[in-house]
Amino acid sequence: MGVQTWTFIIVGITFALYIGIALWARASTTKEFYVAGGGVNPIVNGMATAADWMSAASFISMAGIISFMGYDGAVYLMGWTGGYVLLALLLAPYLRKFGKFTVPDFIGDRYYSNTARTVAVICALMVSFTYVAGQMRGVGVVFSRFLEVPITQGVLIGMGVVFFYAVLGGMKGITYTQVAQYCVLIFAFMVPAIFISIQMVNNPIPQLGFGGTLSDGTYLLDKLNGLHIELGFSEYTQGTKPMIDMIAITAALMCGTAGLPHVIVRFFTVPKVRDARKSAGYALLFIAILYTAAPAIAVFARTNLITTVSNQKYSELPEWFNNWETTGLLAFEDKNGDGRVQYYNDKNEAYTEIAEQRGWKGNELTIDRDIMVLANPEIARLPNWVIALVAAGGLAAALSTAAGLLLVISTSISHDLLKKQILPGLTDRQELFWARASAAVGVCIAGYFGIHPPGFVAAVVALAFGLAASSFFPAIILGIFDKRMNMQGAISGMVIGISIMSLYILKFKFGVFDGGKEAVESLQSSWWFGVSPEGFGTIAMFVNVITALVVSRLTPAPPSEIRELVEMIRIPRGAAKGIVH
Amino acid sequence: MSKDNKAYWKRNLKYLFGLLTIWFIVSFILGIVLADSLNSIKIGGFPLGFWFAQQGSIYVFVVLIFIYMRLMNRLDHEFEVDEI
Repeated sequence: MGVQTWTFIIVGITFALYIGIALWARASTTKEFYVAGGGVNPIVNGMATAADWMSAASFISMAGIISFMGYDGAVYLMGWTGGYVLLALLLAPYLRKFGKFTVPDFIGDRYYSNTARTVAVICALMVSFTYVAGQMRGVGVVFSRFLEVPITQGVLIGMGVVFFYAVLGGMKGITYTQVAQYCVLIFAFMVPAIFISIQMVNNPIPQLGFGGTLSDGTYLLDKLNGLHIELGFSEYTQGTKPMIDMIAITAALMCGTAGLPHVIVRFFTVPKVRDARKSAGYALLFIAILYTAAPAIAVFARTNLITTVSNQKYSELPEWFNNWETTGLLAFEDKNGDGRVQYYNDKNEAYTEIAEQRGWKGNELTIDRDIMVLANPEIARLPNWVIALVAAGGLAAALSTAAGLLLVISTSISHDLLKKQILPGLTDRQELFWARASAAVGVCIAGYFGIHPPGFVAAVVALAFGLAASSFFPAIILGIFDKRMNMQGAISGMVIGISIMSLYILKFKFGVFDGGKEAVESLQSSWWFGVSPEGFGTIAMFVNVITALVVSRLTPAPPSEIRELVEMIRIPRGAAKGIVH
Repeated sequence: MSKDNKAYWKRNLKYLFGLLTIWFIVSFILGIVLADSLNSIKIGGFPLGFWFAQQGSIYVFVVLIFIYMRLMNRLDHEFEVDEI
């Protein structure tokens, strides 16, 4: 059977499974099902959290982006897992004890102010929209390859599916669907990784395999470093980013992870504070399986790609090459007319001479990094069902996250903004209408950015983390650990943090103030402290904290009931029952 | 806050400080700041700094959360603030 047939079968089966579970869980979300347990088992919740949080960026884009960045890709690996430590130690147990449904709820109550609540809603929306845009792009990439349509149509199809799915799944019972999605995505991620690892280094554990030796006895990483140098790239295991930027991006991603509203919400569902701690541990364990395999896949894919295409005759390239060309995500331009693919670093001036001697006239191959994970099994000539499985896994990752995010977007608008503030008289039905309407608008905006992405999926998502780090993270941490923190401090911190973060993105990522996207590259030299937009969240976060601390000390202390609230949050005993959603 | 609760919170902060120090060392120090010098040491095919940045730190993170869980459960029990 061909890849396309397999894809239809496997994607069809998994979709039927998700919809089935959603319907089943919905039908049984009545009293007898949940009240007895008072919430979701922490291990199950850990799995759901893992699916919720591992997005198209983790599944489709991350290994690809690492395979092009080499060592520098560690910012994503450490950033997205290290943030979990912060989440587990500094936030999850306390927010669980607090026991409200949304992050704006916490901010609004802790800072006794609807203004704070509104600011938090706006921040939540900005974070979620940026994040969901990354998912749409990922879904679009999958559809465009396997339905063999251009990327724009792929995104449009993806929008349709996500919208349908969010309307159906954006209700109670989402947890169990996400457990199924975790199983699908981890299976789909690991199967090709294991196959390729056995194929290349004869080791069934990819995490160890990429440090192993090839059949000729050389270490895989040494071989890849050699290939890189031969083609004018810097060594794979060496970084090219300045250290300060590495640190800033890693820290921004870490704090952003801990501040993501759709992830935090998950910890409200477990029965006890103790379970919130346990749940975070299991979530990271489940996430770590994928995250430690991703750098291995990156190395395998990179090596395979270079050895398969470099200086080979275009007419003799395998079928996957042409398949991906149709999507427009892979392009070959025979600049020197020799009929062979020259893939090398033509920006490296020291290498120009060598290239000229060889008669090369510039790099002839452009590859969208987002296709690497999907193309990897094809490049390694794995069976068709494995390729189809990867497509299903990518969709599972994107859909589970998109559903979680759309839930945050719609509850932020319908619950936190409309019902709690603007239209308190809203009936449940009207609230539901507004929730659906905002989900629809969310999908459309996300789709637009999916078609016109400001960067690769993982990079777009990184911006969302910067926004979360610069706004929520300090407000929540200070709310728990600093009793003296008051309304004025938190609000001014959040407003200033997210404002400078947004301005920095607009200026240095979109070139808004300097004549558009063309100017972006030339602006690199004027980055503040040499920190890229992806890493600026760290600086914005410090500005947030300092502003909050200074302002809070100059304004009146919070009322005594708030101090009592903070003391209550710090002690596990007496937590209210878990919320199921 | 009662005296017991204060002592509880203090111990909690002490644990956090200890665990987050390890968290900081494996990721930012070993994985980034010292990565270049650690790369001269090789474990199997892995340069050590590269390994910490792309593998080792993640393993340590997982272990840290479970250690924290253990410590806090014991602390809750000791101060009798655990949930019944």
